[in-house]
Amino acid sequence: MAQVSMTVNGKAVSGEVEGRTLLVQFLRDQLRLTGTHVGCDTGQCGACVVHVDGEAVKACNMFAGEADGAEVTTIEGMANADGSLGTIQQAFQDHHGLQCGFCTPGMVMSAAALLKDNPNPSEAEIREYLEGNICRCTGYHNIVKAIQAASDAQ
Amino acid sequence: MYDFELVKPSSVADAAAALGDEDAQALSGGQTLIPTMKQRLAMPSKLVSLAGIEEMQGVAVSAVGGIRIGAATTHATVAKEVAGSYPALAALADGIGDPAVRNRGTIGGSLANNDPSACYPCGTLASGATINTNKRAIAADDFFVGLFETALEEGEIITSVDFPTPSAANYQKFDQPASRFALVGVMVAKFDDGVRVAVTGASESGVFRWSEAEAALNGNFSADAVAGLSVSADGLISDMHGSADYRAHLVGVLTMRAVAAC
Ligand SMILES: Cc1cc2nc3c(=O)[nH]c(=O)nc-3n(C[C@H](O)[C@H](O)[C@H](O)COP(=O)(O)OP(=O)(O)OC[C@H]3O[C@@H](n4cnc5c(N)ncnc54)[C@H](O)[C@@H]3O)c2cc1C
Ligand code: FES
Ligand code: FES
Repeated sequence: MAQVSMTVNGKAVSGEVEGRTLLVQFLRDQLRLTGTHVGCDTGQCGACVVHVDGEAVKACNMFAGEADGAEVTTIEGMANADGSLGTIQQAFQDHHGLQCGFCTPGMVMSAAALLKDNPNPSEAEIREYLEGNICRCTGYHNIVKAIQAASDAQ
Repeated sequence: MYDFELVKPSSVADAAAALGDEDAQALSGGQTLIPTMKQRLAMPSKLVSLAGIEEMQGVAVSAVGGIRIGAATTHATVAKEVAGSYPALAALADGIGDPAVRNRGTIGGSLANNDPSACYPCGTLASGATINTNKRAIAADDFFVGLFETALEEGEIITSVDFPTPSAANYQKFDQPASRFALVGVMVAKFDDGVRVAVTGASESGVFRWSEAEAALNGNFSADAVAGLSVSADGLISDMHGSADYRAHLVGVLTMRAVAAC
């Protein structure tokens, strides 16, 4: 076991992990931040996307020990300080960008990473950026619309 | 996944020492190794993370001209940093997997893994790059030995890769949409002393140079020069995503497209 410390959604946290403990397991099982989902566990679906030091990564494909000392943001960190939905989250609700909601945390985190680098993406850029986020419900159309709306609103 | 000890050295020398242990293995971006460990196809007792080794990070103009890329540099960083100096290589890096994979996966990990459908082995071979390790420098022509096999010895660490910059180059990747690797990929690079053509995703023995196309393009650098050429389907990969014949056809088409885009 090893000690890890990191900042998650602005709060300093620490815990004991095994070498093999994945970042997503640390977030979900130890910190009880269960908004980050595990869809495939093979790095394909993007349900587990979080930001590590400002960059989108798949939390199922990184060890907790590798995030020692890092700044991590999860879907729980996307809401406004008063608990209301953040701009991207609100846009997903307004544009019906989700059905079952399983892929949504990863979609929102990927969208946030895209808009940070490219505040006004074209539809094609949005679709290409979401290549690693799989949704089995919505057919992507409303997800893309939601991200376009969030881009306009920001 | 079996448990292991994670160590994070800050120098190549310390990493090499840690890799001296039996059953120790290098961990770079983990985008291939972690899924492999989940399947218990790899069971290291110690993982030596290379991510914190400063001397293995980043892109620099090398002493011999061209570009030196640290082995632990992510695909996303390469895509950004060589966009001006070697646009075809930047585009190759920018087309690997998806954004989250590119934020973790590294050039050193990709080369050491030598997946038969991977992009970097193709870009490295077409460029006639040199792979530097903690022990020696290996020419790309000698590095890729076969399916998932390289010239690396046990515990040897790729530290950087030197790319000469071609006067023109282009990488054409025909996506395998499920894995997002190349169903077939072709890189054409034109240097003052000749043209190099490398093919990934096609052969059962991994990345290879298509010398017939190189000879034709050395005489006449145009898509027409390769229009009549074809590779044999013998020894090409055949799976549910594409037959050997289909891949052989793609090699020709993608080579023409790459030349036309140069
Ligand atoms: C969803 C998905 C899509 C992908 N799509 C593509 C694609 O389109 N094209 C493509 O080319 N690749 C693709 N990949 C693979 C990706 O590029 C990996 O990042 C890469 O193959 C391995 O690099 P890594 O840094 O993650 O290495 P790791 O997974 O950490 O390591 C891979 C192997 O290399 C060894 N190793 C790592 N670094 C070194 C070093 N410096 N010296 C010696 N040995 C070392 C490790 O011990 C291990 O055996 C994809 C991966 C995923 C998950
Ligand atoms: S759960 Fe991580 S990519 Fe699917
Ligand atoms: S909303 Fe159900 S998987 Fe995307």
